Amino acid sequence: MSEQHDEGYDEWIDAIDRGEGYALECSNGHGSLPPRRLCPECGDADLEKRALPDSGTLDTYTTIHVATPAFTEDAPYTVAIADFGLARLTGQLRGVEDPEVGMRLAVGVEERKTEDEPLLVFRPA
Amino acid sequence: MTGVRIAGTGHTHFGQFPERTGRDLFAEASAGAIEGAGVEREDIEALFYGNFMGELAEDQGHQGPLMAEMAGVRAPATRFESACASSGVAVREAVKNIRNGEADAILVGGAERMTNLGTAGATKALSIAADELFEIRAGMNFPGAYALMAQAYFSEYGGDREDLAHIAVKNHENALENESAQYQRAITVEDVLEAPPVAEPLGLYDACPITDGASAMVLVSDDFAEREGIDAPVSITGTGQGSDRMALADREYLARTPAATAAAEEAYADAGIGSDDIEVAEVHDCFTIAEVLAIESLGFFEPGEGIGAARAGETTRDGSIPINLSGGLKAKGHPVGATGTSQIVELASVLSGEHVNSDAVPDARIGLTHNAGGTVASTTVHILEVRS
Ligand SMILES: [Zn+2]
Repeated sequence: MSEQHDEGYDEWIDAIDRGEGYALECSNGHGSLPPRRLCPECGDADLEKRALPDSGTLDTYTTIHVATPAFTEDAPYTVAIADFGLARLTGQLRGVEDPEVGMRLAVGVEERKTEDEPLLVFRPA
Repeated sequence: MTGVRIAGTGHTHFGQFPERTGRDLFAEASAGAIEGAGVEREDIEALFYGNFMGELAEDQGHQGPLMAEMAGVRAPATRFESACASSGVAVREAVKNIRNGEADAILVGGAERMTNLGTAGATKALSIAADELFEIRAGMNFPGAYALMAQAYFSEYGGDREDLAHIAVKNHENALENESAQYQRAITVEDVLEAPPVAEPLGLYDACPITDGASAMVLVSDDFAEREGIDAPVSITGTGQGSDRMALADREYLARTPAATAAAEEAYADAGIGSDDIEVAEVHDCFTIAEVLAIESLGFFEPGEGIGAARAGETTRDGSIPINLSGGLKAKGHPVGATGTSQIVELASVLSGEHVNSDAVPDARIGLTHNAGGTVASTTVHILEVRS
């Protein structure tokens, strides 16, 4: 793990790792991810943590072959965007040979090869 | 409110010049613009300059005054950074300053040195236009982001890699005779389909190259042009800018670019025209799918119909609305900070009859440029018109 602490984000990804992932919801029902002081849609400052559902759905994905230096050992790998209701998450998709848009996915935190940093990972739910 | 005219333009060759400094690239482009305009350097009242990755490529921040020095201009100088839309934003601010009477003559342009970083280094540098916490840490990079948009587009509207390949083929063909272009060579649909994958469904030939280069213009007020006897037939008559949520995942639509629509609507209203009036356009085709999203967002095609436009010949040089007669980012190259001004330099040349591809649109009087940053979280649109 890097020495740098990113307040708000680090606590959030730790919570995902424990299976206690959350999004923020404003009083008008808009979702967002931390750190936030205001709802990015309406500016409401009343943000509450809401548990993410156990699974989301696959919206889009790509298998990346040409990586940045931080991911060269991981390539090829698949990046996906999945819809978890209040928020969409961006992570890597593992354990799926032929992804299908709409398939149900669970989210967790796993290791990656190139660097010792936490990685958001989707697997079939 | 005064009009704004393009008095002179300058452009380096776009290509791989890893040994050339960013400052030398901009020195060449700015000299071309100032000499082409026939404006005295002491009459230039500001430099607005676009650059994205100077800190990463050359350990060089604070490039405004440096580039003014290289251009021989002693005037307030400011660098603009909006990822790949950096010089588009610089142009917009120059237009606003001239219109509101702050200045009569402004040097505007941009430069980027990239190939000295190598492919992995440049890919990393480009990736920082995305959201660091939520996208970069997931391994998303610039090709990956557009691949996510392409896959979302295919899911929502249909289309396939072959449709996209026709865009690459078209833009390479347009660049064949363009001396400024990085690639002056034809490719085939098969070449595109058989190229190694970069981020599926996008392959190497769906992507613009990594490019070194610079571009510049001198913009002047109508009064200044008249007073100084400057021959400047092309005016910038509309400007617009749009922003969107930073991360792709936070957008309502993964296969649309509403920031471009907002920028276009503002620019059309500013110029008093509509999308139907545009006869030729330079759009930000950093990847083939980006051209599709652009021509739909700008109102040239309905959502879902842009994908087939190149294949059907609607956007080729003989089509109803030729797109990227310069070769676009795809074949002309994409030195990020230089691209926004380069698009306007090329389009002004097309409209004034001086471009190698002007004969494709001999009667065109109104054109548009679309310059996008990141996954289109920033967009500027400009309208150019030939004024008699
Ligand atoms: Zn809200």
